[in-house]
Amino acid sequence: MTVAPEPAGRTAEHLDRGPLSRDELAAVVARDIPRGSFVNLGIGQPTMVADHLPADAGIVLHTENGMLGMGPAAEGDEIDHDLVNAGKIPVTELPGASYFHHADSFAMMRGGHLDVCVLGAFQVSERGDLANWHTGAPGAIPAVGGAMDLAIGAKNVFVMMTLFSRDGTPKLVPECTYPLTGPACVSRLYTDLAVFRIGPEGVTVLETYGTTVKELASRLDVALRTLGGW
Amino acid sequence: MTAVFGDADEAVAGIADGSTVLIGGFGMAGMPVQLIDALIRQGATDLTVVSNNAGNGDTGLAALLAAGRVRKVICSFPRQSDSWVFDGLYLAGKIELEVVPQGTLAERMRAAGAGIGAFYCPTGVGTPLAENKETRTIDGRDYVLEYPIKGDVALVGAHIGDRMGNLVYRKTARNFGPVMATAATLTIAQVGRVVETGELDPETVVTPCIYVDRILDLSEAEAAR
Repeated sequence: MTVAPEPAGRTAEHLDRGPLSRDELAAVVARDIPRGSFVNLGIGQPTMVADHLPADAGIVLHTENGMLGMGPAAEGDEIDHDLVNAGKIPVTELPGASYFHHADSFAMMRGGHLDVCVLGAFQVSERGDLANWHTGAPGAIPAVGGAMDLAIGAKNVFVMMTLFSRDGTPKLVPECTYPLTGPACVSRLYTDLAVFRIGPEGVTVLETYGTTVKELASRLDVALRTLGGW
Repeated sequence: MTAVFGDADEAVAGIADGSTVLIGGFGMAGMPVQLIDALIRQGATDLTVVSNNAGNGDTGLAALLAAGRVRKVICSFPRQSDSWVFDGLYLAGKIELEVVPQGTLAERMRAAGAGIGAFYCPTGVGTPLAENKETRTIDGRDYVLEYPIKGDVALVGAHIGDRMGNLVYRKTARNFGPVMATAATLTIAQVGRVVETGELDPETVVTPCIYVDRILDLSEAEAAR
């Protein structure tokens, strides 16, 4: 279960549709999480992935503040302020859940026991460097939380983000300009326009949504490989 | 010998100016609010506070910061939607900040409690948080040398304590409590209620009494009010 499945054969260009919505992107990430995995979903957008995990897949969610077997967000009478997720949102526990203290929780992460983590990002480099904790801007207050521990600890680091910022600047870059969270740690990059595999061989486009590899290649300053030799 | 108090002010007596205070909680879950409020009344100042966050809203740790008692915060995640007290002090240059990756923060306190002199940690290698720190390559992987964080005082929130000082926690309010309890010279725990010695199932005790010096019994504090 250490390697997430990837499409066999050729890079798939989905041209009969537009870019992925945030919810569709979460569904694509969820699709690639192997059954039976232990998974940490970062705060913010990655949390949406939980809504798309099949109930019978045996996937166990870890939250860094000391729990395995985390259930969905709590509502109404379920809300218990002693039971929150990493984003401090009240959540629920599933049968088989367990609690542990912070040093154990991060030993689990750092020790390579989690199969997948899903994180947001400001930038990802072509080598899989991740920048997601600090813009380095004057007046910005740095806050790292558990991002660095997850980046170096999980067997597979999935990132979900938009491929371009609002002003059109690529977020998949030759070299991160923001301070790093971890070097060469990202193995999959899920974006609204394409899914990429990142590894020692470089950046491989697995799928595109509403665009072509050729068009992406013209907008990104990163060499793109494809599956199936085209 | 663990002392049980029904009065929060007595429970925090004697904390010195300049102390390093480990404060449990993840956001408000497990935050020892009554002990922090008592620390504010007690008046110790020039404190270094070690906690995961740097205060939420206007209560608990945020109130301690607002009272001007804290010189430095060591934490992993100060910036939150409701961290306006810290944000204001930081941007005004009135408080020092050391940002530590969350797992390294926990492990540095674990090391302090476990008598470890320093440890090589893979987290943060190649990032600004490893700058000016010793590194070593072990079996082809790079690590950064991290030192223990020892507290003069730990303030933790637990669910139930017994008269000997054994503690159990509740759900994710456990978080940093068990680690901080081991890492300070003086550990003070606030608990929802205190039971007689022998009433806690020994198999369920998370923090053994050896780590706990004082307990504040909130049910007694409530009854006295």
